[in-house]
Amino acid sequence: MRGLRAWWGGTPPYVVALFLMVTPVWAVQPDEMLADPALEARARAISHDIRCPVCQGETIDDSNAPIARDLRIIIRERLVAGDTDAEVVDYIVARYGEGVLFNPPAKGVNLVLWLAGPALLLAGVAVAVTAGRRRMAPEVSLTAEEEARLKEILKE
Amino acid sequence: MIVELGHFALILALMVAVVQATLPMWGAHVGDQRLMALAGPAAGLQLLLIGASFAALTWAFVVSDFSLAVVVSNSHTLKPMLYKVSGVWGNHEGSLLLWVLILAIYGAAVAAFGGGLPVRLKARVLAVQGLIGVAFMAFLLITSNPFWRLAMPPLDGEDLNPLLQDPGLAFHPPFLYLGYVGLSMAFSFAVAALIEGRVDAAWGRWVRPWTLAAWIFLTIGIALGSWWAYYELGWGGFWFWDPVENASFMPWLLAAALLHSSIVVEKRESLKAWTILLAIMAFGFSLIGTFIVRSGVITSVHAFANDPERGIFILMILGFFTGGALMLFAARAGVMEARGIFAMVSRESALVANNILLSVAAFVVFIGTIWPLVGQMLLGRDLSVGEPFFNAAFTPFMVALALILPVGAMLAWKRGSIGRSVRGLLPVLVLAVALGCLAFALQSGQSALGPIGLALGAWVVFGALADLWARTGREDVGARLSRLTRLPRADWGKATAHLGLGVTIFAVAAMHSWKVEDIRVVQVGETFPLGAYEVRLDKVEDVEGPNYTSTMGTMTVTKGGALVAVLNPEKRIYPVAGMPTTEAAIDFGFTRDLYLVLGDKQKGGGWAVRSYIEPFANWLWGGALLMAFGGVLSLSDRRYRVAAGARRAAVGVPAE
Repeated sequence: MRGLRAWWGGTPPYVVALFLMVTPVWAVQPDEMLADPALEARARAISHDIRCPVCQGETIDDSNAPIARDLRIIIRERLVAGDTDAEVVDYIVARYGEGVLFNPPAKGVNLVLWLAGPALLLAGVAVAVTAGRRRMAPEVSLTAEEEARLKEILKE
Repeated sequence: MIVELGHFALILALMVAVVQATLPMWGAHVGDQRLMALAGPAAGLQLLLIGASFAALTWAFVVSDFSLAVVVSNSHTLKPMLYKVSGVWGNHEGSLLLWVLILAIYGAAVAAFGGGLPVRLKARVLAVQGLIGVAFMAFLLITSNPFWRLAMPPLDGEDLNPLLQDPGLAFHPPFLYLGYVGLSMAFSFAVAALIEGRVDAAWGRWVRPWTLAAWIFLTIGIALGSWWAYYELGWGGFWFWDPVENASFMPWLLAAALLHSSIVVEKRESLKAWTILLAIMAFGFSLIGTFIVRSGVITSVHAFANDPERGIFILMILGFFTGGALMLFAARAGVMEARGIFAMVSRESALVANNILLSVAAFVVFIGTIWPLVGQMLLGRDLSVGEPFFNAAFTPFMVALALILPVGAMLAWKRGSIGRSVRGLLPVLVLAVALGCLAFALQSGQSALGPIGLALGAWVVFGALADLWARTGREDVGARLSRLTRLPRADWGKATAHLGLGVTIFAVAAMHSWKVEDIRVVQVGETFPLGAYEVRLDKVEDVEGPNYTSTMGTMTVTKGGALVAVLNPEKRIYPVAGMPTTEAAIDFGFTRDLYLVLGDKQKGGGWAVRSYIEPFANWLWGGALLMAFGGVLSLSDRRYRVAAGARRAAVGVPAE
């Protein structure tokens, strides 16, 4: 992601070219793939969560940019060398920055991102329940009226 | 000359919109009938003028008038006629003109069919519509004028992006816009009601059809876009959680919430303030969507050619309308006290739960979409948010929604009993769990997502059918069947839309967990296995298209020796735009799609080939269509035909 100021200051020429990157999706090439299906499956799983550093919104698994291919090959090399999945991801983050992680780890400031939904849910439920209690409160004292309405409804 | 007339008509339309936005509003304030009566004709005139303007631009595309800048950068003489016409909205300027055209259509529809509306409310609604029109036409004329002439017209155009030259995408933007802009109706009604200081059951009845129509169009638009991505982009996915997709998904979620909460306003005169707030937010998110798409602040694979000046303008429009409406809301929300009261366990409460879950889900999509921007601006960090986050953070809310849906839909109004609802649904529960277990046993050792999705989908689908059946009373089967045919269309609509949601949930889970992928190098004449099928690459040849050249493979798919399909995956090159595209070849089936993609020629001979079995892919679009069809059924319910204007009861279905 380029700096906002760069966007604000004028449209970079590559914006128009971006469509090119979406197009002939040719992603994982047969010659990159590992013979061992278990290792290959792990490599695919990792590359699903890594953003291609030059193509904005695509994973390296989907992208056909040369750097995405390089990254896919690096992942496979590290796996063959015996790295765990987490070590492979750390290796890539150390070289390309945390911006390549499509799945921001739930720690530090990213906790805000992860907890925003559940927090809003709790708040929403709390507001709804309080409002519901308040709404029901007068009903206790208005039983007669309630019954009259009930009869009216039943008559309909 | 025609182009100048179109340009002039647009400027006149802006002037008319200024009149429509001010005089009727003032008239409603002081009680001047003549000024209020101005709103209707102004809305009609505006439609006429913008329609003329749009026709002029379409004309320029049809005859390939290369003295217009937009035609040059988005068209070409060799392009098929369908795409010359769809090229009108296949670019920023033209698509905004379509935006204001649709706005004018909605405005004129209120003027024409709103005979039953109180005069004052109608004048205010049309005035707010007019104000939105003023903002967007000013935006159009100042920053994105489609009628800009070139001093030195080139001989031929630069062609429309080949990816957009596709029937699915030709109709995707108009549907999305019908949806986005349709939400402006709910917004105008909300703001008018706030100014009026009155929300009652009648208001709920007037606002619901517009929301319903907008939601139907959004559903179809999103489904078309997702279908296009599925068959055109060539990697078999259907949803990428891209900012531009999210921009259409957030209003869809909020519109879904709004059309449920407006039921409560209509039937029970409760949740009024919340419904108003939701109407403001739903349109606010449509504007945010427009901002995201048109400004380019948040990077997306879609990356329409965009510029910052436009972004700031849209941000101002967004701030003015959403901020203004929210301030009005803060000042006036207290006036709208609730009439109907309800218990914690009741249909109303279930709809509140629906609203909370849908709104929170929309919020999760929102924060995930803007998080990279937050990281950039406030934290100075490069952060990305993609599919894994959304799958993990968004899905639980949808699962919860699906779980409570059948129970909530069967609860009684005002005070219900969960026990009674669940008792009626017991057979459905058993069936759903049994189906899930069966799938789990059959698939042996894959993730549990597929079986869970199947159980959840079945729970919603059969729950919707059980709900419909329960509405037929307690007599013998014959009497119940005959009553089934006489149920109100709204009941059928509800069941159909919920059924569609269940089908969609199942299809999403199935495509996520049972997809088969194969990537390999294939020699011409070689056969390889794909799941239970065998695929043979017969030949690869070069073919000339109207405005492209193609490398076309011929592949034969057999199953146990019997022919299944002969498919022709292509790689195309559009020389004018200088762009290659992949055309996947798909054999559509009821339970699976076979999806073949031809790749590059390999150095050692042979071709790279990607093949997929996409399970239940058609069910995904089928589910979306069912949802939309359910909406149409609800929209055609008698009470809206009557309420839409007594004078025109027969034609009163708005916005078709």
